[in-house]
Order: sequence, then structure tokens, then C-alpha cells
Amino acid sequence: MSTAKTLTFTIDGKTIQAAPGQTIMQAADEAGFYIPRLCDIEGLRHQGSCRVCTVKVNGRTTSSCTQPAEQDQIVESETEEVLNLRRDLVRMLFHEGNHLCPICEASGNCELQAMAYRLNITQPTKFPYQQPVRSLDASHPDIALDTNRCIRCGRCIRASQDVDGKGVFGYVGRGVHRSVGVNGDNLADTNVDITDKAIAPETCPVGCIIRKGVGFTVPIGEREFDLMIIGADIEGKSDD
Amino acid sequence: MSHKILHKVLHDICAQYDNNQHRMMDVLLDVQRCLKCIDGEAMNHIASLLGCTRIEVEGVVSFYSFFSDTPKGNISIYLCDDIIDRQAGLKKNAKAFEDALGICFGQTTPDGEFSLDYTPCIGMSDQAPAAMVNDIILPNLTPESIHLFIQALRAGTAPEDLDGVLGDGNNAHDLLRSQVHNNIQVRGDVLLCEVGEDAGLHKSLSLAPADIIEQIVASDLRGYGGAGFSTGDKWGFATATQDTERYVFCNADEGEPGTFKDRVLLTERPDLLIEGMTIAGRAIGSEYGLIYLRGEYVYLKPWLEHVLEARRQKGVLGKDIGGLKGFDFDIRIQMGAGAYICGEESAMISSCEGLPGEPKTRPPFPTEKGYFGHPTIVNNVETFCHVARIMDRGARWFHAIGTSASSGTKLLSICGDCSKPGVYEVPYGISVQELLEMSGAKDICAVQVGGPSGHLIARNEFNRKICFEDLPTGGSIMVFASTRNILEIVDYFLEFFVDESCGFCTPCRVGNVFLKERIGKIRKGHAVPEDIDYLKELSNTIIKTSRCGLGQTSPNPVLSSLNNFPLVYSALVNENEDGLDTNFNIQDALEESRHLAKHRSYIYDPDFGEG
Repeated sequence: MSTAKTLTFTIDGKTIQAAPGQTIMQAADEAGFYIPRLCDIEGLRHQGSCRVCTVKVNGRTTSSCTQPAEQDQIVESETEEVLNLRRDLVRMLFHEGNHLCPICEASGNCELQAMAYRLNITQPTKFPYQQPVRSLDASHPDIALDTNRCIRCGRCIRASQDVDGKGVFGYVGRGVHRSVGVNGDNLADTNVDITDKAIAPETCPVGCIIRKGVGFTVPIGEREFDLMIIGADIEGKSDD
Repeated sequence: MSHKILHKVLHDICAQYDNNQHRMMDVLLDVQRCLKCIDGEAMNHIASLLGCTRIEVEGVVSFYSFFSDTPKGNISIYLCDDIIDRQAGLKKNAKAFEDALGICFGQTTPDGEFSLDYTPCIGMSDQAPAAMVNDIILPNLTPESIHLFIQALRAGTAPEDLDGVLGDGNNAHDLLRSQVHNNIQVRGDVLLCEVGEDAGLHKSLSLAPADIIEQIVASDLRGYGGAGFSTGDKWGFATATQDTERYVFCNADEGEPGTFKDRVLLTERPDLLIEGMTIAGRAIGSEYGLIYLRGEYVYLKPWLEHVLEARRQKGVLGKDIGGLKGFDFDIRIQMGAGAYICGEESAMISSCEGLPGEPKTRPPFPTEKGYFGHPTIVNNVETFCHVARIMDRGARWFHAIGTSASSGTKLLSICGDCSKPGVYEVPYGISVQELLEMSGAKDICAVQVGGPSGHLIARNEFNRKICFEDLPTGGSIMVFASTRNILEIVDYFLEFFVDESCGFCTPCRVGNVFLKERIGKIRKGHAVPEDIDYLKELSNTIIKTSRCGLGQTSPNPVLSSLNNFPLVYSALVNENEDGLDTNFNIQDALEESRHLAKHRSYIYDPDFGEG
């Protein structure tokens, strides 16, 4: 960070330094304090839609990926109240779509699954399963979309628009019908390419965007979140 | 239609808006009007003409209710489906439409002449049941009148020429010729009394902009949209910015079910509104104003355009206003297209930029970075009207009306089980009981104050007062007689929020669906005490984690009914004595296998073997 860290605030009592203009999450990341998130990822503009990064700032809940850090803020993150809010949000995402971990290629690399483990959600929850009927787009030779697993995080949308300069993906519909659509009749009708940032394995947090022909190259049990809890990389960091 | 003609039509429409992507709403409204449909081919072509991607066009088309990617009829009928209409006999009217047209809701007649759809509250709850037929409103419908209207439409009568009694006041003006009635029941001392022509504007011309803001601050004027933010402070924030390209937006997207008072102001006090906006332009140093008019009020557009033009001719809008050199301010009308969320100020700004009506991330607030990143003040119709009156009569005069924390009068839209539904201009501080007496409401068990996102109160609270310190409201007052089903009302409100959530954030998109599901379970009598805890916890999560006011208030119908009508719930909730999972419904679960097996269940269907 080139700008001087002239602000200080606390998260769960820990003092954090921040540069003006930084979000609470950015400052926390750099200080090695992990705040759970699904729609936010380094390198893409902040959206604040999944709400999993909800924290309490001076007693009011807000999304830490969009809320600017301010002097003397008192942020609560790992309190039981905030954790319960996050658990409900992660459960909602599970119940909204069709997430069948045992048969999903993304299992072990899936951030939704990993977040559930981090938050100690290990069994079906109180919410009703929506079991929506959603489409599979296998029209493209290199890429398939299984929208059953989409959590509407929009990371592919932002990556395609802002990094690839293409706009292959976009939101369509409203409310519970909001989904990620493609810029054409189907994926083969677009100028998407397997080398796009939007298609990169780290962009889609779940198993919606599938690279054909490369499945199961790493065995289950040896995948990213089989080996570490999500967020541990950030928690390993130190600001000094 | 051949490709060539389609492309020519789209080319001409886009050219009217300089092929400007940010005028997407206007382009799509015109395309929908002209072609009755915006399909994939049209979206592709619009995208190439506007220089954007098809998915961006599709994102907008699929967001707003009045755009359709399948053909609507030459005459598109939207029957208002809200709780007031339901209680006023929606079902028999719906059936009359279906019978007369030979189609179901959601369908278009094979000849392409008619389409039939439901739409939420169209701002006519005082003359329900009502429907939109293309651009016009047909209020006070009965099955008989519906059959006559359809007969006439089939015979070639244009919707605007349909027989009916014209409304009062300006509704009968040649540019409106509308059957909508004002139903002004009480005229207060600020807006609905006689008002001087541009008296506030003329007094403002001699003041420095900062002095105007000072007067507005001194009056303690608070926004009339419901949230009650200080108008003077809002304007002050906008002027404190370095950016001198600033905007004055009027929120005429009156979408809160049960409210219709802005409709009456737009009909009877458009000059006052525009005067107020012009004063705001002077105060914050803005040259551009915009009125965001809800799609349902499109019948008012020619009338408002006329008023704007007349004001330009009079020199009180446009260049050198009132002869003051360099005071330039003009206004355009932006039509909406059926999306309640656009009443949220930043969602409205998104819509004006040619985007889906999604709220923006705050901070920054619109007063700092609004329309295309420029400082933008968004105020309600009623707020701007008050501004003009305050500048005429003075802050002290205004401040003397109402209560200590709520100055002035409030326009209330009262509807439901009362003999005199309509608009009431009353001082802040009036009690709910007084309103019920005024409006001829008898044997009332519940009053919904402030629309679905407000409060559902019971008899023991009818002494509460309408004001920011007690019961705030944007204007909607729905009264329900003791024969009404409280849970039907709650269920409807949740359905409304499910349909109108923009879907951007998880809790509002998904959580409201879960709330509605559980209220449905309670209505069926399947609920157990744990379901009440579930509703409270889920409501808490939705309120605390939603991104904008919609989700932060959408559980209110659940919470306020649980609080104020506990007996309604306890009558329907039973202890789970057999220990079975009450959330599992064997009959629902069997439906798919019944369908696949093409016979009924031996164990679970008593009529096994009969079909």
C-alpha cells in the first residue's frame, strides 16, 4: 500500500491501521484479520451483494467490503451475533440453489462449501430447499455452465467486464429470478475464451463455471480447502 | 415483421435519443410501445445501435415489469392486484377479464390484440378495483363494466375514448381526459388550499442560494417520502461538494401500496412542484432537474409536459428564470417501467442512467456522488411542493404547524374499509382514531400505517399520532375492518416484497421467499411454536444484513403482526405432539412421482385407482 496508514480503528478489540479510502475489509486483510466473504475477491471491484462480510460498525450492521475505514470505528466481526447472521446468509445461498457437494467437481475448492465449514454449518439447516429448475449450458467447446450452483456473486460478470473487457456475463431478472445470463443465446454465441479471467478457476467461487476436460485433476482430499480452512492464508499474514 | 422493418423501427427510436445508452429506459419504453415485445433479436440490434452489449440490454428488459421479451397485446391490460383490490373483489373482476377475452392472466390473445397481466398497486386504492389499459386508468371496475369495456375495445374504440365519467379537477383537462378522481377529502393550510402563483419562487429570486437553504433548515422541513431526512441538510451536503454539476431529482415513483397522494399533487399542484424544484435548483446551484414518474402514471405525462412548457413560456423555467441573469434550470421527465425499488433514491438514479433499478452502494451518498457521479438531491413530490410554500410564507409559519419534531401538514392517502377514501391534508400529530372518524371507517381492527414497510397497528394503538416521533408514514394509510384476515394481509405484503426485491443482495432476495413460505404454513394451520421463533430470527437477519431500505423493512409486516396480533398466530399454531417434521409435506413431495408414475399413491391417496 503506497498511501500512508493514518487511520486506526479496532476489530474485536484488535487495533487495525488503514489508509484513507481503504475499506474495512482491505485494512483487515492487510492486518491479517480475515472477514468471511464470497462476492468479494482481490482484483475485482467491490460489490457488496452476498453480505457474508457483514460486520457491526459502531453498533450498525454493514458490509465490510464496501464500508470505508474510519478513524476510531469500533468493528465487531467474530461475535456470536455477527456469526449467526453470516451463517443464515450462507444457508440461504445453499437453499436457494442446488448444491450437491458429493457429486460436484468443485468440492474441496468451493468457497461456499468452505465457508459453511468455517462457520460450522455441517448439516441441512432450518430453511426450506428451493430446488429450483435451472439450466445447463454446455454449448461451448471448452466451457460449461451449471447454473444450479450459481450463487449470484457476479465475480464472472466483473472479471469479464473489467479485466477481459468483454462483458460475456451479466445479471438478468429481478428478485428471486435474478440470475447470471450470457451475452447471447448461449455461451457458444459469445466471444468467451477459456483464457478469460472470467473463466479462471479462482473467479467462480462455486462449481458453476466448468472448464471442460480438466475435471478431477486434483483428487478430492488434496484440494485447496481440504488442506486449509478458508481465510487461513489471510490470517497468516502480518501487517508489520 | 421483416428484419428490415424491425431494424428501421429500432434505428429510428434509438436515433431519437442520440443512440445514447443512458437513455435505455426511454428507448425500451418506445420499443415496447411500438413492437409490443423486446425479443432477443431486438435486444441484439438495440445493443449495436447504443454501443453496448446485448446482456446489458437484457438486464434492463428483464428487470422492469412493463418490458416483455414475449409479445404483449396491442392493448395491454394490467389489472391492479394489491390487498385493497383483493378485498374490493379482485377475483370476480379478474374472472370477468378472462371470460371477456378468452385468455388467462399472463397470456396474449391469439390475434395479438389483447394481453392480460396483474400488476401491484397502481396508485388508485381510493377507487379500487382499477386497471391500466395501455396508458390510461380505468377505476371503480365491476364485472359488468369490464364486459362493456372489452366489447367497446373489440369494436375498435381506443382505450382513451372508452365511455366513463371523467374525473374532477384537472383530470377532466383536455390533455388528461381521465376517469381518475382526486377524492380530496380534506384541504389543509399548506398544499391543497389556494396557493399563490410562483410566490415562493419570486421571493427566492431576491435571496442568495445559501439563504434559501437556511430558510429550509429553519423550517425543519423533513422529507415526505417516509424516512424524514432533513431537506435543508440534504441540500447543504450537495452544496458542500467541489463538483458544481449538480442535479435536482423529484421522486414521483409513488409505489408504496396504498398511497396515491402524489398522483393528486401531480394532477392539481404541478406548478407548485416544479416551482419547488426550481427553487431547489437555485439553492444548490443546479441547472438540471428530473422528474422520475412511475410507469403507472404515464397518463399524467402529457399534462406535466404541458405544464413544463407553459412555465418555459412564462419565463419561470429554462433560461434566465424570472429575469435573473444566469439562473438557468430546466426539467425533463423520466418514465419508470414498473419497479417499486426505483422509489429508493439510488435505485432511481440507476434507472435514470439506463441501468436496472438497483440501489447503489452507500457511502458515497447521492448528495455527494449521485447521477453519473455528480451531487444529486432526490426529494419527494410533496417535499418540493412544501419548499415552494415555505419560501412564500416563511419558515416560522411552516414551523408553527404540526408537532415539535414534525413541522407542517401531511398528505395522507386513506383507503380500505372506510366510506370516504381519498386524500387528507392534515397537520402532523393527528391521531389514527381521528383519521378513522374523518374517513368514515367503522369497526376497524387494524390500520397499516406507511404501507407494507410500515406498521400494522391494532385497536389499542389507535390513539397513536402520525408524526416522525410516533408513527411516521410516507402517506399510505390502509384501514381494515374486523372481518379481514390479518394473515392474508401479511401474506400479500410478503408476496409484494418477494416480487419487488431487486435481488441484488442475498437476504432480501432469498430471505423474503422464506418468510412468505412460513406465513403460508401458518395460514394452512400446520405451524408449531418453533415457527414463530423462526420468523423472528429470519426477520432479524434480513433486517440487519440487507443492503437497502427494502430488505431492511420487508419483515415489518411479520414483526408488527406478531407483536400486535399475537392471538391471530396462537389460534393457528399448535404444539407438535406426534413429533413429525411439520416442514415436510408428504402430499407436495409425492406430486412429482404421481406425475411420473401417472397414477395416485396407494397409501396416501384415498381415491387411489380413480384416476
